[in-house]
Amino acid sequence: MFKRSELDKRPPVQIFIDGVAVAARQGDTVSAALLASSCDARRSTAVSGALRLPYCMMGVCFDCLVTIDGVGNRQGCLVPVAEGMQIEIQKGKREIGK
Amino acid sequence: MRTDYDVAVVGGGLLGSAIAWGLGRLGRRVAVLDEGDITKRASRANFALVWVQSKGLGMPAYTVWTVQASQAWSRLASELKQQTDLDVSLQQNGGFHLTLGEDEFGQRAELVRRMHNQTGAADYKMEMLSASEVKKSLPLIGPEVSGGSYCPLDGHVNSLRTFRAFHTGFKAFSIDYLPERPVSAISQSGGEFRLTTPQAELRAAKIVLAAGNANQTLAPMVGLYAPMGPTRGQIVVTERTMPFLPHPLTTIRQTDEGTVMIGDSKEDELDDRALKHSISAVMTDRAQRMFPHLSRLNVVRSWAGIRVMPQDGFPIYDQSETHPGAFVACCHSGVTLASNHAFEIARMVAQGSLEPELVGAFSASRFGANGAANNSGY
Repeated sequence: MFKRSELDKRPPVQIFIDGVAVAARQGDTVSAALLASSCDARRSTAVSGALRLPYCMMGVCFDCLVTIDGVGNRQGCLVPVAEGMQIEIQKGKREIGK
Repeated sequence: MRTDYDVAVVGGGLLGSAIAWGLGRLGRRVAVLDEGDITKRASRANFALVWVQSKGLGMPAYTVWTVQASQAWSRLASELKQQTDLDVSLQQNGGFHLTLGEDEFGQRAELVRRMHNQTGAADYKMEMLSASEVKKSLPLIGPEVSGGSYCPLDGHVNSLRTFRAFHTGFKAFSIDYLPERPVSAISQSGGEFRLTTPQAELRAAKIVLAAGNANQTLAPMVGLYAPMGPTRGQIVVTERTMPFLPHPLTTIRQTDEGTVMIGDSKEDELDDRALKHSISAVMTDRAQRMFPHLSRLNVVRSWAGIRVMPQDGFPIYDQSETHPGAFVACCHSGVTLASNHAFEIARMVAQGSLEPELVGAFSASRFGANGAANNSGY
């Protein structure tokens, strides 16, 4: 979907999206890393199940909700990636215990 | 817009809307006079339970009335669905009141015993369950839950959608909804009532005062009496989460769309503009002791609202002797009793008199010479 600039020399950070290893860059937000990956990063909304991607990228629209390291409903656009981070594309409502 | 009606309903909240809808259903020409957006609107602050257990201690007639309402709710929901295509998400598979610790369990058991011993009370089927019995229905309860009471008649509904369905139904029944019309005076002459509002005078053959706590000032204008004692309540709402609560509780329920409502504080203060965090803290602390996983959820909304509350907690339904055709209706449980208001109260208003065998116990004459009734129906 998005292609990274070849001028971007930031060091890589390995994250996992639904268990698949993906190379993000230091300083990426989770949402940016998802959009730059080749993964299907579409979540589905809590009530109607409509498919959504991160939209505003500044913490306002809540369309980037995602499960990070076992915690559901996190705003991916506000969380920087970290080495070894486990990201799950959230389908529907936040799960019990997540 | 016409200026003369069969019935003018004063108050456009849940209670007034239910009665007006019921009158429209019977083919009456109805106007609903409402106030504006800055009014203290109890109908938007409720907890949305259709609740039977523990109602009516001290007044068996209220138990009977509540059970009847609970049983008529499915008919109301299906008529609203048929008319408006809005599903009010009625769920009546039984409700719990959970207790924390042995003292609370003992107190609740005592209440259940007193309810069962009350002469003339309808059979509630309310029973105490141990923590392990509760856990079979509510597997996520925490270790502090000592048990609770269960009543198979209890349930809940989407109350805002119910409110919207009534108002959508108004259009189909050609009911005139008239906002920004607080009533300042009512007179009766030549067989009709004249209601003074800031916008124009309105005339109607009958009137129903359904203005919540404001009934206290409106009722004396037509020879009626409605002593009120409003209270305040706070509610906390979490983000949506997967369904975990298959039954509503008195203080916690999960809505059809996944949010968790935590509520049911009861305060004497009447300023609804600010939250008291000390109260929210107790409510949410108790909620997460009942269901520990709730502590992970974010709170997305909270509010304080004023509740309609007749002085003794029980409903008031009355008709005027000095002003024939004037009725008053007020109650705390506008959601639970909505079915009775839509079907029974509307029918009796349409026919011109309340039936003593059905609602005689709710006359304001009970606040009589031997002092105000003082049991709590709430």
